[in-house]
Amino acid sequence: MAGKTLYDKLWDSHLVKQRDDGSALIYIDRHLLHEVTSPQAFEGLRLAGRKPWRIDTNLATPDHNVPTTGRARGIDGIDDPVSKVQVETLDRNCEEFGITEFGMLDQRQGIVHVISPEQGATLPGMTIVCGDSHTSTHGAFGALAHGIGTSEVEHVLATQCLVQKKMKNMLVRVNGQLGAGVTAKDVVLAIIGRIGTAGGTGCAIEFGGEAIRSLSMEGRMTLCNMAIEAGARAGMVAVDDTTIDYVRGRPFAPKGDQWEMAVKAWRELHSDDDAVFDKVVELDGADIQPQVTWGTSPEMVTGIDGMVPDPAAESDPIKREGIVRALKYMGLQPSMPISEIKLDRVFIGSCTNSRIEDLREAAGVVKGRKVAPTLKQALVVPGSGLVKAQAEAEGLDKIFIEAGLEWRDPGCSMCLAMNADKLGPGEHCASTSNRNFEGRQGFGGRTHLVSPAMAAAAAIAGHFVDVREMMN
Amino acid sequence: MRAFVTHTGIVAPMDRANVDTDMIIPKQFLKSIKRTGFGPNLFDELRYLDEGKPDQDSSQRPLNPDFMLNQDRYRNASILLARRNFGCGSSREHAPWALEDYGFRAIIAPSFADIFYNNCFKNGLLPIVLDEKSIDKLFQETFDEEGFQLAIDLEAQTVTTPSGETFAFEVDGFRKHCLLKGLDDIGLTLEDADAIKAYEAQRRQVSPWLFGG
Repeated sequence: MAGKTLYDKLWDSHLVKQRDDGSALIYIDRHLLHEVTSPQAFEGLRLAGRKPWRIDTNLATPDHNVPTTGRARGIDGIDDPVSKVQVETLDRNCEEFGITEFGMLDQRQGIVHVISPEQGATLPGMTIVCGDSHTSTHGAFGALAHGIGTSEVEHVLATQCLVQKKMKNMLVRVNGQLGAGVTAKDVVLAIIGRIGTAGGTGCAIEFGGEAIRSLSMEGRMTLCNMAIEAGARAGMVAVDDTTIDYVRGRPFAPKGDQWEMAVKAWRELHSDDDAVFDKVVELDGADIQPQVTWGTSPEMVTGIDGMVPDPAAESDPIKREGIVRALKYMGLQPSMPISEIKLDRVFIGSCTNSRIEDLREAAGVVKGRKVAPTLKQALVVPGSGLVKAQAEAEGLDKIFIEAGLEWRDPGCSMCLAMNADKLGPGEHCASTSNRNFEGRQGFGGRTHLVSPAMAAAAAIAGHFVDVREMMN
Repeated sequence: MRAFVTHTGIVAPMDRANVDTDMIIPKQFLKSIKRTGFGPNLFDELRYLDEGKPDQDSSQRPLNPDFMLNQDRYRNASILLARRNFGCGSSREHAPWALEDYGFRAIIAPSFADIFYNNCFKNGLLPIVLDEKSIDKLFQETFDEEGFQLAIDLEAQTVTTPSGETFAFEVDGFRKHCLLKGLDDIGLTLEDADAIKAYEAQRRQVSPWLFGG
């Protein structure tokens, strides 16, 4: 019999019951909550007279709606009354049901996918869900993590389980080493460019290979975060020393004898050598260039030395129509060099790229330089209050401010523009976020997805530029 | 949840691939703490010429005449015909809520994004996968014939055209069962409460650190 994949192991260890119809009850170890997708779930519990099954697995924080300025005012600092009600509702629900919440005035508040790993609430071997598609982030720890809808948020609250059907196993192997200036963000964009936004549909993707093993935990989180942009609900990386070193000593991590016991179990969290995958994709790390998206889907991506495509060269009529529509929305011409795309705003942040390493990477590029005068705004939004404090302890805030970038308070911010940070119609933004969909960052806004280093370089130049040239 | 057994209705063509959930219901409408009322903002940025805001009377807004739902022939549609990878992106269940609230009962596409597909079944909305060739044919018939209708039978797992041509589709047994009966799956899962408790007892032995020590 063939060995097991990491996904097989995680599935098997959480199987409560296999039903005759092919569905299964899967146990959930960690449930993360935020203000946008939880209110209707709590209301559902109340209407049905149900109580949460296990309070201690839940952890909540407001992130999508929170302002990134004037945080000292707490909830009163939210000008939009509709946003305010949503954050107040989360506070009230957590209080009523006894759920741990890092509220707006708590230094541990931040983007839910940043704070859980930071606290050690994300552990190897766990099943982790949240009403947010970027829950795939937590797979970086050798965990099975994926987004769910609000009905399933209610289901997990009420039963600690989900009804699931097993996904297929997909392996994406990145061989060799990445070049200087090439980051996890470039790797995942290159993967999506190769397999498409539906390339991983129905699959759990394991990322492996030498280039992945060399990534830090921050890099692995960036990678798994965007598994969903490749169509896979879950992305994951096997546990190794990098994983265990990251988790050690964090507030929610096991201690003493239990730590030793846990580490022993976690060492098994990798695919067996003879495991069989349904799909395998291989890339060579050395071939990956810094990436920039030019269109309205993350698969519409190319290297910094590339060009905007010519739809006439596309043979698939549906794809051709998609390119024509994207170029019109983005205001770009066929065969235009990527480096000629001029920018109005730069956004460094989001659950993809707002961790300390991302901020260090961006600060390293802007240090001693000035933001281009043609730019309207360049925002840096740390992923959590603790990331912010760490960055300030390292003096990164001063580097950003001196270069002309704005240093903000933590939250999802301009990634999806539910708070006041947004693009105006027609504005081009170099963004370290995860989605370049129409209107995502603001009505009529034009998003280009890049790494923090590439966003920082674009902020200085006012247009896209190969960050490797600025590193010399 | 509303049950789905059979449904016959007018087809509306959403002729583009990778329709994401931001497009189905833009983020500003996610600030609601209710489950209903999203219909007027379904496909908001495509449907209206201005920028939509929460708590606004959408009946007074300028419509985009080029968007198909604004054309008389598709106004009363209840079946959405779509292209590959429909519902990609965010996990927001507001997307199926908006489709359902508008009046859609089924979506037919060559492929769906996983989370969206799953969310549909929780809301009495049936996502149907047919091969690209069949989809192309249905698009053509929808464009050619005003008021083109399809008849969907979930029990038989078929989609039938007015001329009697029938397309079979696959659907997972558990989801089909729940949708046919309009069942609350939390109630069903709680019938297995003993199995969940037994799992927890065993897991607490093997991995005590997951249970607060």
